[in-house]
Amino acid sequence: MSQRVAIVGVGYTSFRPSSPEVSFREMIFEAAVSAYQDAGIEPGQVDTFVSVSEDYLEGTAIADEYVPDQLGAVLKPVHTITSDGITALGAILMQLRTGEFDIAVVEGRSKASNVLYPAYVEAMALDPVSVRPLDFHPRFVAGMEMRAFLASSGNTAEQTSAVVVKNRGNAQRNPMAAYGCSFSVDDVTSSKLVADPLREDQSASTADGSIVMVLATEQAAARMKGNPVYIKGIGWGQETPNLEERDWGRAGYAEDAASRAYKMAGIVEPASEIHLAEVDDTFAYKELQHLEALGLAAHGRSGAMLEAGEFSFDGRLPVNVSGGSLGCGYTHDLSGLRSVLEIVLQLRGEARWRQLDNVKLGLAQSWRGVPTATGGVAILEAA
Amino acid sequence: MAYRNRVAVLGAGLTRFMRRALETPKELAFEAARAALDDASLEIDDMDAVVSVTAPDAFDGVHMNGEYLADGSGARGKPFMRSYVGGGSGVFGIINGWYHVASGHFDTCLVVGEEKMSSALPHPQGCFNAIYDQFLERPLGVNLLWIFSLEMNRYMTTHNVPMETFAKVAQKNKRNGMDHPSSQSGISGDYTLDQIMDSEVMAWPVQRLMVSPVSDGAGAMVLASEEFVKKRGLDPVWIEGVGWNLDTSYWTNRDLYYPRYVEKAARMAYEMAGVTEPRKEIHVVEPYDPFAYKELHHLEGLQLADKGEAPRLVEEGFWDRDTETGIPATPSGGLIGVGNPISAAGVMKVAEIFWQLEGRAGKRQVKRSVQRGLAQAWGDLMQVGTVVILGKQS
Amino acid sequence: MTDQALTQGEVFTTRWRGKMEYEWDTGAAVGRFMAGLKDGEILGLRCLQCKRTVIPPRAFCELCYVPMDRWTKLQDTGVINTFSVSFVNWDATRRETPEVPAVIEIDGASPGVGILHVLGEVGEDLETVVSRVAIGKRVEAVWKPAEEREGSITDIRYFKLID
Repeated sequence: MSQRVAIVGVGYTSFRPSSPEVSFREMIFEAAVSAYQDAGIEPGQVDTFVSVSEDYLEGTAIADEYVPDQLGAVLKPVHTITSDGITALGAILMQLRTGEFDIAVVEGRSKASNVLYPAYVEAMALDPVSVRPLDFHPRFVAGMEMRAFLASSGNTAEQTSAVVVKNRGNAQRNPMAAYGCSFSVDDVTSSKLVADPLREDQSASTADGSIVMVLATEQAAARMKGNPVYIKGIGWGQETPNLEERDWGRAGYAEDAASRAYKMAGIVEPASEIHLAEVDDTFAYKELQHLEALGLAAHGRSGAMLEAGEFSFDGRLPVNVSGGSLGCGYTHDLSGLRSVLEIVLQLRGEARWRQLDNVKLGLAQSWRGVPTATGGVAILEAA
Repeated sequence: MAYRNRVAVLGAGLTRFMRRALETPKELAFEAARAALDDASLEIDDMDAVVSVTAPDAFDGVHMNGEYLADGSGARGKPFMRSYVGGGSGVFGIINGWYHVASGHFDTCLVVGEEKMSSALPHPQGCFNAIYDQFLERPLGVNLLWIFSLEMNRYMTTHNVPMETFAKVAQKNKRNGMDHPSSQSGISGDYTLDQIMDSEVMAWPVQRLMVSPVSDGAGAMVLASEEFVKKRGLDPVWIEGVGWNLDTSYWTNRDLYYPRYVEKAARMAYEMAGVTEPRKEIHVVEPYDPFAYKELHHLEGLQLADKGEAPRLVEEGFWDRDTETGIPATPSGGLIGVGNPISAAGVMKVAEIFWQLEGRAGKRQVKRSVQRGLAQAWGDLMQVGTVVILGKQS
Repeated sequence: MTDQALTQGEVFTTRWRGKMEYEWDTGAAVGRFMAGLKDGEILGLRCLQCKRTVIPPRAFCELCYVPMDRWTKLQDTGVINTFSVSFVNWDATRRETPEVPAVIEIDGASPGVGILHVLGEVGEDLETVVSRVAIGKRVEAVWKPAEEREGSITDIRYFKLID
C-alpha cells in the first residue's frame, strides 16, 4: 500500500547575512520559479502546498496569510506547519500518501536579518512561568546542554571547535554558503565565551534565504521530466519541552526520529549503510551529539572520529559537506530543508565543486533550536 | 483512490470556555486531551501521534507555542506536529490528524486545540494588528475589527440585509449556547432582539452582542484507522471528507461579499465525501460564527444557500435547532454562544457534529435525524476555509 | 476565575515584556511604490499577460505567475468599495470620535482592485458618517505637504469625499 514519494524539483536562493534588495515575497518567488522549472511544471499543477514558519521570526501574526501569492497558490489547499522543514516534509509525504493528491510543494524562508532583537524572540520560547522570570540570556540553555553532553560522552571542547573548522571549510566549496572560511581549532577556541563552555564561533550566525521543493507520488514523478530523489524514510520526534526534566546529555528527539525513519527505510546499520549526512550544527557540539543520537557514531566516539577525518569531505561518511548551519548560516526552521536540499543535490550529482562520488543514500537531520527538544530525520535515496 | 484509509472519530473532549482561566495553556491542553481520551475509553499510550493547533503565539505569549504545549498535549516521546491556518486552525487540526491516519503512517492520532487569549496585554485584540500587511496597512493604525466590519458592510450592502436578521443569528446562537456545558456564563443567554440591536456599536456595522468573546479554553479529539476500529469492534462516526483552501493575501483586491475560498474548500470536501447535493445530504452544520454575519456568509460559501439567500432563510427558521425541514446551523451555540478560544472553538465545532451524529448532544440534539454533518472554520486575513464532513454509517 | 481573585492576590501572575521589533525589507516592488508616495504619486503595476493593473504593488502577477514590472501612474482618486465606522482602538479601549477605514478602488487600477486607507472630513459621529458616506461614492487623496512625506502609506493623510 505504501506509495513512494519523491522530491522532483528544488529551487533556492543563496544564503546571506542580509537581503535588503528583496522582500520576503520576492525572495520566495525567486526560489519557487526555479523549483517549478526544475520539476518542469507550472504551479497550477500543484495540488497542495505547505509552508514552514513561526510568527515571531516573521514579525507577523499568522504568517500563513502571506504564503499563497508568491507560490502561485492562490485559491489552493495551503497550510503552515510551525515546525522544522523536515517535519513539514513529513506533512507533505502523508498528504501524498492519502491518495488524494499527486503533486505537492513545501516552502520555507528566513528573513532573520529583519529581526532586530533575536534574543528576545528566543527568550519568548522559554516557559513563561517557571523559566522566563529568571531573566537569563536564552543561550544559557545551549551552554548547559553542551557541558552535560561533553561530560557524559567524554568528547572535548576542542573537538567541537574542529566541527567548526570542518564545516566552515566545507562552505568554501559551496557558492550558496554565507560563512565559508579557513579557520584553525585555536581560532575557534579563542573566541569569546557565550555561555560557558559554548563560544561565539561555535554558534552558527543567522542568514536569509528561501527554499522551495516540489514533491510527487511515484506515479506522478514518472510522468515528469525531473531527476527524482525518493524519501525512503522519515521521522520526527519530540522530547519534553521542560528544561527541568531533560536528559541533557542525549538528543532523545533525534534518537526517536531516527529510529522511525530507519524503520520505514529498512535501515539496520546506519553507520555502514548511509553514504553522507547533513546533521544539525546550530551549535558545534550539536553535530557530535546528533551523530551519536543517529547511530552514525558510537556513544562518546564522535569527536575522535571527527579528528580522524571520518566526517570530512573526503572521509568515510562526509557530514555537512554543504557547510551546515555553521558554514551556510543558520536559517531557523529552513535549516532542515537546507540539509535535505544538499542531499538532493548530492544524490543527483549536481553539487559541483563539492560533489561526492558514488553516493546513493543520504540522511538529513534537523533540530528546532533553543530551547526545544524537537527535530526530524529524512532518509533520501537516489532514483 | 486505492491508498486511502478511512479515518474514524472515537472521542472528543472540551474544557469550559472562560473569560480568564486559572490554568496554564498546557494545563488547558491536558484537560481537553484527557477528556477526549476518556470519551474514547483510550489511554495516551494508545495514541501513535499528536497534532496541536493553537492560533497566534502572541496570545499565549510564547514563541514556538506548539513546543511549549507538547507535554500538556500528551506528545512527549511521540511524533508531534503543529499546523496553523489562523482562525481556521481548529478545524484544520482534525484535517491534519486525518492525513496522519489516512496516509497509513499512524493508526491513531490525538488532536489538541488550545488558546489562552487572556494573557496578552493590554488586550488580546492588539495581537491581531500584526495580521495586516507590515508595509502598507499596519502604519495606518489598524485594528482587528476593521476587516470584519468592512466585510460585513460589503455583504449586507450587496444583498440588502437588515441588521435585524444578523441580530436573529446572534439570538439563536446565544440561546443554543445555554445548553452547552462549555459555555461562558453571560455569553449564552436568552437575549431579546432589542437588546442585541441596541448593544454598543464597536465598528459599525459590527455591534457587541453580534461578536464572539475572546476566551481561554481547549478541545481535543481522538482519531483512528479502520483497522484499529475493526479490531475493537466499534461502530464509529467517520471522517467522510476534508477540504481547505487559501485565497490571496491581497484582500483589498477581492470582492468581500462572498467567501470563494470557503466554496473551494467545501467542494473539495464534498467531492471526497461523494456529496453531490449538499442541501439534501448535509443534515446538520456548524459554520464558523465569530461574528453573526459570518454564519450566513459561510452558509452561502458552503453551498447550503444561494448567494444572498441565507439571510432570508433565517426568517423562515431554516437554520434553527428544532427545524424539521431545514438544516440546523450551529446547534452548539457556536463562538457567539459558547465562546471563542480560537483553535479550541474550531475543535468544538467538529466535536459538536460528532456528538450530534452519535445522538449524544443532550439538550442540544437537533430534532431531525442526522447521518451526516459538516463543520467549518475560517481565518487568516479573511482568506482561509477549512471544512470537515463527518458521517455515521456502518 | 473572578476579577476579585486576581486583584486581591488570591492567584499569582508573572509578567514579561518582550522587545519584538523588526525592520522589514520592502524589496523592489513595495520600495518603488513607497518612493512614488514620497513624490506624491500612486503607482500601480500592470501584468502584460492578464492585463490587470494592480495595487498594492507586487513583483509578480500572482495569478499568471510571471514577473511584473510595467509601472503605471494611477490617479489619486477612487471609489469606496466598503467602509466601516470604528469606535474601538487597537487595545480595545473606546474612541470618542470614530475612525473610518475603507477599501478604496483606485482610479486607473483594474475594477475591484483597491487598497486599505481611512476616510477624513466625513463627520464626528455615527449618524453623520453613515448619512454622508456610502459604498460607491467617489473620493480623493489628501496628501501631506511634500516636505513631510517620507515614503509611507501615511504620506496620504486620508481620502475625502469628492462633492
